[in-house]
Amino acid sequence: MNAARCVAIAVFRESVRDKVFYNLVLFAVLLVGASILLGQLTAGQDVKIIKDLGLAATSLFGLFIAIFVGINLVSKEVERRSVYPLLAKPIRRAEFIAGKYAGLLLTLLANMVVMSVAIYVVLYFLARNIPMQIQTAWDAPALDPALLKAIFLIYLNLAVVTAVALFFSTYSSPMLSAIFTLGVYVVGQFNADLKHFDRIVDSPAAIAIARACYYVLPDFSKFDVKLAVVHGLPVSGTYLAVTAAYAALYVAALLFGAVLIFSRRDFK
Amino acid sequence: MTRGIAALGAALSLAGAVVLHAVQDRSAPPEVDRPELLYVRSAAVIKRAALGYDGIVADLYWIRALQHFGAERLSKPPHTPTYSLLYPMLDLTTTLDPYFSIAYRFGSIFLGEAYPGGPGRPDLGIELLKKGLAAQPAKWQYMQDLGFIYYWHMRDFASAAKAFQAAAEMPGAPTWLRPLAAVTLAEGGERRASRALWQQLAQSEEPWLQGAATLRLAQLDAMDIMEAWRQFRRERGVTPPLPPDPSGTPFVIDPATGDITVARESKLFPLPGQIQPPR
Repeated sequence: MNAARCVAIAVFRESVRDKVFYNLVLFAVLLVGASILLGQLTAGQDVKIIKDLGLAATSLFGLFIAIFVGINLVSKEVERRSVYPLLAKPIRRAEFIAGKYAGLLLTLLANMVVMSVAIYVVLYFLARNIPMQIQTAWDAPALDPALLKAIFLIYLNLAVVTAVALFFSTYSSPMLSAIFTLGVYVVGQFNADLKHFDRIVDSPAAIAIARACYYVLPDFSKFDVKLAVVHGLPVSGTYLAVTAAYAALYVAALLFGAVLIFSRRDFK
Repeated sequence: MTRGIAALGAALSLAGAVVLHAVQDRSAPPEVDRPELLYVRSAAVIKRAALGYDGIVADLYWIRALQHFGAERLSKPPHTPTYSLLYPMLDLTTTLDPYFSIAYRFGSIFLGEAYPGGPGRPDLGIELLKKGLAAQPAKWQYMQDLGFIYYWHMRDFASAAKAFQAAAEMPGAPTWLRPLAAVTLAEGGERRASRALWQQLAQSEEPWLQGAATLRLAQLDAMDIMEAWRQFRRERGVTPPLPPDPSGTPFVIDPATGDITVARESKLFPLPGQIQPPR
């Protein structure tokens, strides 16, 4: 596992070198700029919209990093041929894959921690001049700790997307990996439609295939509780735990698959 | 090429483009009144296209609805306000975010506003609030607003009283809702009940609603003055001088009816039912 840790740290350092964290500047400008503008545009809904915007931007920026860094994790090493000397060292291929994945997760974690702090800081400054009488009428307080539940699930969502990107990256070009990963992400948003395919199709075979796809493809809507937390609706600890277990199992399946494919690749 | 020359070249080219843009604008033909567009009206399509970012897309449609309402309300001739996109935008907003309270509450008020200050469509306001109640059946505020629309815009006092009563029975509802239901039923059409309702809304936490309630209370005062003026004319048989309305603008005589009414220049114009939207 020491080797995997070294690979993970190398991936994190590479992200820093590739200026991945520049997105945080854009994120901060977006949030601060929006908080100044929104007062003029939204009839007193600044806090709600900043929460929506903050969570959406956290998810979207993370998604871009997960996909566009994730698809290069293995394929870039193969294209550059830097994988040859690396695999000649005492490192197993499984450790290589695990290290790459953990490195990108670490990058995403650092990214999300900074974004979360930025959201709370902007919300604090936005809410501090609003009378308590108005604040008590809101669905949820400005500095609502429940926002962290949505952020946690966004992180799990990104962990699954990263695993999908890494999986495709082990045998496909970056361009194709990006297309496949985006495709899986989009289909994962519409999973509920597959479940109810029998409402529009009569063919038992088509219904069975749709039902199978529904269970096999990742259901990304499970990770979306943004609306619920913004409106102060309850998101139970059980739901978080079950969704986390679902993400862990899905990630494990994808990583095992990636290791399987990568182990069979011939780099001679 | 040195870096200095490259920077100078970039700056000069950009400045040239800006100047050209400004020159083109000056020689452009006058702007025509183009109707605002809403390319996608299907809430189901938008919800899918949002890819899980329903909340922020709902916010964008809410902001667009506000801008549309404001732009139509403040538009000047030759533009004729139609508010045609207001309900579709509110419908999209609330489909994307079914818990967006302000979109239901303000949206129904906007829809119910008498023309030309609004589209004069309280029926759509009722539809919007019923959609909100379907999403959050325990939200007494929606039921209260429903009663308000029946009372103020539809003059349907029995339905208003029923809605206030239903709101009063919901968990967390304030105690004043129950007497309001009784007053509405007993004094349907009386300004006293209307004033009580607006006074409650004036205590709302939303500054916009406070402003709307203040305006309505001033309109009710104006209606009281108009009533006193009519009574004076009726009893004494002489036409008294026209006093200023509560906003400071003098009342005028409506040439069509010969009756006293608020002037078009008044902040209180139009009073409920004073003007009808184009059909």
